[in-house]
Amino acid sequence: MTASRFRQSSIWQGWIWIVVLALAIAAPWAFYNYHTGRQSGFVISMLSQMGMMSILALSYNMLLGQAGLFSLCHATFFGIGGYATIHFLNLAGAGSLPLPMELIPLLSGLSGLGLAIVFGYIATKQRATAFAMITLGIGELMVTSALMFQHFFGGEGGVNTNRMIGRSLFGLTYAHGIQVYYLILVWTLLSALAMFFLTMTPLGRMANASRDNFERVQFVGYDPRMVRFFQFALSGLFAGIGGGLYAITYEIVTFDALAAPLSANALLMAYIGGSASFGGPILGAVLITLLQSGVSLMSNSWLVYVGVLFISMVIFAPAGIMGLVTAHGPIVRAGQLGRLTVPYIRVLVPGILMVSGFVGLVELTSFLTIGAAQGKSLVLFGNKIDIHAMLPWLLATICLVGGGFWLRLEARSFRRVWEGLMLDLKPQRSMS
Amino acid sequence: MEIVLVSLFNGLVYGMLLFMLASGLTLIFSMMGVLNFAHASIYMIGAYLAFTVSRFVGFFPALIIAPLLCALIGAAIEVWGLRRVHHNGHIAELLFTFGLVFIIQRSVQMIWGMLPMAYRVPPSLDFSLFTIYGANFPAYRGFMLLVSVGMLLATWLLLKKTRIGLVIQAALTHPQMASALGHNVPRVFTIVFAGGCLLAGLAGVIGGNYQTTEPGMAESMGPIVFVVVVFGGLGSLAGCFVASILMGLIMTFAVVINYSMLDLLKPLGITVAGDNLFTEILTVPVARIGALLPFAMMIIILSFRPRGLMGTRDT
Repeated sequence: MTASRFRQSSIWQGWIWIVVLALAIAAPWAFYNYHTGRQSGFVISMLSQMGMMSILALSYNMLLGQAGLFSLCHATFFGIGGYATIHFLNLAGAGSLPLPMELIPLLSGLSGLGLAIVFGYIATKQRATAFAMITLGIGELMVTSALMFQHFFGGEGGVNTNRMIGRSLFGLTYAHGIQVYYLILVWTLLSALAMFFLTMTPLGRMANASRDNFERVQFVGYDPRMVRFFQFALSGLFAGIGGGLYAITYEIVTFDALAAPLSANALLMAYIGGSASFGGPILGAVLITLLQSGVSLMSNSWLVYVGVLFISMVIFAPAGIMGLVTAHGPIVRAGQLGRLTVPYIRVLVPGILMVSGFVGLVELTSFLTIGAAQGKSLVLFGNKIDIHAMLPWLLATICLVGGGFWLRLEARSFRRVWEGLMLDLKPQRSMS
Repeated sequence: MEIVLVSLFNGLVYGMLLFMLASGLTLIFSMMGVLNFAHASIYMIGAYLAFTVSRFVGFFPALIIAPLLCALIGAAIEVWGLRRVHHNGHIAELLFTFGLVFIIQRSVQMIWGMLPMAYRVPPSLDFSLFTIYGANFPAYRGFMLLVSVGMLLATWLLLKKTRIGLVIQAALTHPQMASALGHNVPRVFTIVFAGGCLLAGLAGVIGGNYQTTEPGMAESMGPIVFVVVVFGGLGSLAGCFVASILMGLIMTFAVVINYSMLDLLKPLGITVAGDNLFTEILTVPVARIGALLPFAMMIIILSFRPRGLMGTRDT
């Protein structure tokens, strides 16, 4: 019975992936501009960014979610893939590397793999906090080296290239962003599939086991260090592919591509999306990229929102957004989702109140300093808001505090409904 | 000789500053197993608070008020944050403090702006203490040494001579046993966390005008402090002290050494020509790879001796 349910849900998941893929293929055409006959450049570059960030987040989740390893140097392999790709493209452009454009990311992946083997050998000697510290050291080491050595990394200015190397399997020139986007999409799909099938191999299973109980893994006869090592090396391979796509898209790679903020981003994407499920990091990558390119245009303080979102996920929803969604699975299957509608609305109202109060306070504060330095003023619904007046501050504080208390009350009753629902569903589950 | 003496003094001052930050982190880390990523952020808050407070009441009251405020912030973080994620395991706690870094970073920028603050050495300490080989030694550095030595003594006395210090020491090495003996270990955790943040805040107050008070100061200090803590070893304040001074000296001495690997090879009659990656690695002077040394040392010590210099148990 359980097996058939599992198959049912995996077929259901398969459909979701096909829909996501179809959306990704169609997305650039939804923003087609008939006057100029081209797609919107902003949308294309955002979609491309989502693709490579999905690879980065998925490969990061091979460590965080699947092996329980908290790495702080994941961008190192992304960046090295990027730098290597720039040099490969330059070689290919000069004619000394007879390889079509479509296969270049494979080489980037191999460079990521090579470096991950070297560093992984050192880092995977340890686990948990010591592992995190070693990777922190490796990350800082690589950033400092990137700024120091001119020949490979190009110092602060980075290295650049021209992606039109004139060699392609399908006769494409890659002059337009749209062609690059589809290249990224294909490689994202390939990498995601490869990573998905890796989770089903003995290696993937043992990675899960050594995450949950590494001592028992030793008793069973596996060396958890080798499991960690292979997992680390392979995640380096995929991160390298992501970096290669980055280099192809932007044609320039600077030390930003291997610096700590990008490693942190990988962590945020994987965790917020949901590190417990395979698809979570993709969701996280899409969401964070949207925030990054959408909200950062409107607000100076988008990082605060991401930070607060991250911390609330750590406290309240360790399984991430995907975990929250899948928790509704049994309820949907039992056809009981309707019972949650009213409680959801009751939570949503104070929730919105609290969030808008918080956003209001953050924006008011940030316009007081950063906004003032940039000479901007706060505009809401077309009205200019005087940030030095008392009223907006008071209103935002009342929204935040009042909404917070109200939400606490509602959350308590919501939990009661939720637990009652779970209790009702339990006997059904055991019968079927 | 002149360079050696000046660098020795500067290294000592920097090392003591590092120790002030790292001692709190070591206490927190050894006791709760949480590497508090936000520790350097508290240091930054300390500097900014000291700047704001000293504008109203002067530097010396700020020296006391700002660290106390930092301790309050630390206690709040422990009680409302860390304690709630504790049951989700160490990785969750690490992630929590990691998230705090972003929030504090951006909040500081929001409240005080992106530009460096005009947080200066107080005029009463702004003179030259003595002169060695024509180089002035500012009185403020002497003051920093004084404060950090005083703090070291106070912490030592608190840990060794008071009852709460005994409980902390017990909880440091045998948390389960201390809890079994009926001590309120969570409250001890809160006290230690707040105390660690107090020390970080104090470091911020005296470090903020020694270096510059700007939004990037946490980022530049954070990794080095981790290196010190890991290098010194878990559960050992003495190891932390040695590691801090060592790192301080290495960082200051590396800046003034202008030799490269090639200079070592020269007596052997080896010379290299050309301009490629290999010669670049050989000819880069120590002064430029100085920033790299601490991390290389941390990686080496973690992979061969995971308990650090004087640690009592593995990281």
